[in-house]
Amino acid sequence: MTVARRGEWVQIRRVVLPAGSRAPQVPEDTAAVPLELKVKGFLVEETARCGETVTVRTSLGREHRGVLASVDPPYDVGFGPPPKALLGIGEELRGMLRGKVERP
Amino acid sequence: MTGDYGAVMARRGEIMRKSVGIDYERFSRGRLAFDYEGMMCETGYSLDEVETIQRESNVGNTPLLELKNLTRLVRTLSEPGKGARLFVKDEANNPARSFKDRRASLSVFHAEHNGYKGVVAATSGNYGAAVASQAARKNLGCIIVQEVFDSKGFEQPEIAEKGRACEAYGAEVLQLSVGPELFYVFLLVLEETAFFNASLYTPFSIAGIETLGTEIAEQTRRLTGRDPDVVVSTHAGGGITTGTARGLLKAGCSATRIVGASVNLQGLHMASDRDFNRKSFTTGHTGFGIPFAVWPDRSDVPRNAARVLRYLDDYVTVTQGAVFYMTEALAQLEGLERGPAGNTSLTAAFALAQTLPEEAVVVVNETEYTGAGKHPYAQLAFAERMGVEVRRGDPEEERPGSVIVIPEQPRQIRVAPVDLNRLRASYVRNACAALGEDKTVSEEDVAFLSEDTRLSSEEVRRVLRENGVSVATA
Repeated sequence: MTVARRGEWVQIRRVVLPAGSRAPQVPEDTAAVPLELKVKGFLVEETARCGETVTVRTSLGREHRGVLASVDPPYDVGFGPPPKALLGIGEELRGMLRGKVERP
Repeated sequence: MTGDYGAVMARRGEIMRKSVGIDYERFSRGRLAFDYEGMMCETGYSLDEVETIQRESNVGNTPLLELKNLTRLVRTLSEPGKGARLFVKDEANNPARSFKDRRASLSVFHAEHNGYKGVVAATSGNYGAAVASQAARKNLGCIIVQEVFDSKGFEQPEIAEKGRACEAYGAEVLQLSVGPELFYVFLLVLEETAFFNASLYTPFSIAGIETLGTEIAEQTRRLTGRDPDVVVSTHAGGGITTGTARGLLKAGCSATRIVGASVNLQGLHMASDRDFNRKSFTTGHTGFGIPFAVWPDRSDVPRNAARVLRYLDDYVTVTQGAVFYMTEALAQLEGLERGPAGNTSLTAAFALAQTLPEEAVVVVNETEYTGAGKHPYAQLAFAERMGVEVRRGDPEEERPGSVIVIPEQPRQIRVAPVDLNRLRASYVRNACAALGEDKTVSEEDVAFLSEDTRLSSEEVRRVLRENGVSVATA
């Protein structure tokens, strides 16, 4: 299990509003789940394991409490594979501009 | 950060007043009426002041680019003599790479000028990065509150990217799961920090967009020798349409048609945990566009300065698949990799240009940056992962949340008009509902509703009557 040390950049999670305490106007599916918050910061405790309740100090120096979710949280959003549905478009349009026949 | 939901929401008026520093009551003229132009004039900034602030903030003066290949494509699809020239305002050239920098530069200037130590914005969009970027320059604290992930932990890729950008500028980013209680968290943060509410809807935020209108006017005249015939803006909360239209009017473009365009997400509930990740557009869609048009004051300030029904001449929708198609076309034919959400206006303009004469000029308002997550590839791969079918076909077959249809032919890209009179009547009905028990309004309220909706006084009175509201005689 990952152990984080004081000063490491981590992400915590916390339930802000539990299921059943959501705003009255939310639809059923949303009302059935909690409102959760994630925030990143530097670990304040000497050491902590994922799943333990910890304090973090954010880039603004504010402190938040929550459950340690990850250490060195990555930015793993990417581009993914080129979708088949888009792959032919460039060639088709260039063909149209050259006066060739359109895609049947 | 704790607080009883109901108690915090009950304090919203007081919290917002402190956090924007505007006494909105001062402009109140009736139960519904308020002095819109007075508010814009006294609490906003003059065009000269906005230009100075933005020049100092490295914002604005973006290029207006002619889309010559897309214009040629338009003409291959149009009747002889038809096919307007297409231009695009390349707002991706701003520091945080979208037009939102214009709004953020004013909000952050105002916050600093009034002694606030930091700024807070509730936004899952480009505005967060814009505020964080401007706050970084001014050495102000910045907190962004965004709605990012569903109950299964899946993050909308575009919003995740925007969160990364905010953190890159040094902001503290509070990432929330799905739900309108984001506003509750936002209020708590404002209370805790006494930071400035960098709302998208203050008079200064809207004043910051007016330069977009004046620049479009000046650049179009310089490049074509005429005023823009049509300016198409991507419509969500109403800021860009309102601010651009006001700028165009200030530049003397009184005949320019103001068109709003949104992605059609009909059928998807914006507060639904399940629907959240079944949409491939996080802004510029009908889920914001219609509610904000028919009741602008649902925003995070008491009086929204973005009031589109005053300015819109036409409002149209396009499909998600058509916008992805045009995003690809813009990259492949014009060498501009932008969007995708910003290309909603491009998609509508592409269809509208086919109906206009060759000499006409259509300006696409605007582009935004593209990047990891914030890209058609990432969005379509994510949509498929969430169980949405992606295929080529007739865009008419698209069903938001279940099927995205990428057009087979550019001629299949069409706009669906939204009946503005229906939205205007809906606005008046919402105003009636906001009255509560006492269903009496004044002549001044009637005049305001007429001005705010562009309905005639008689039409306003008819809707008021239908909703049991009477007009008190003076």
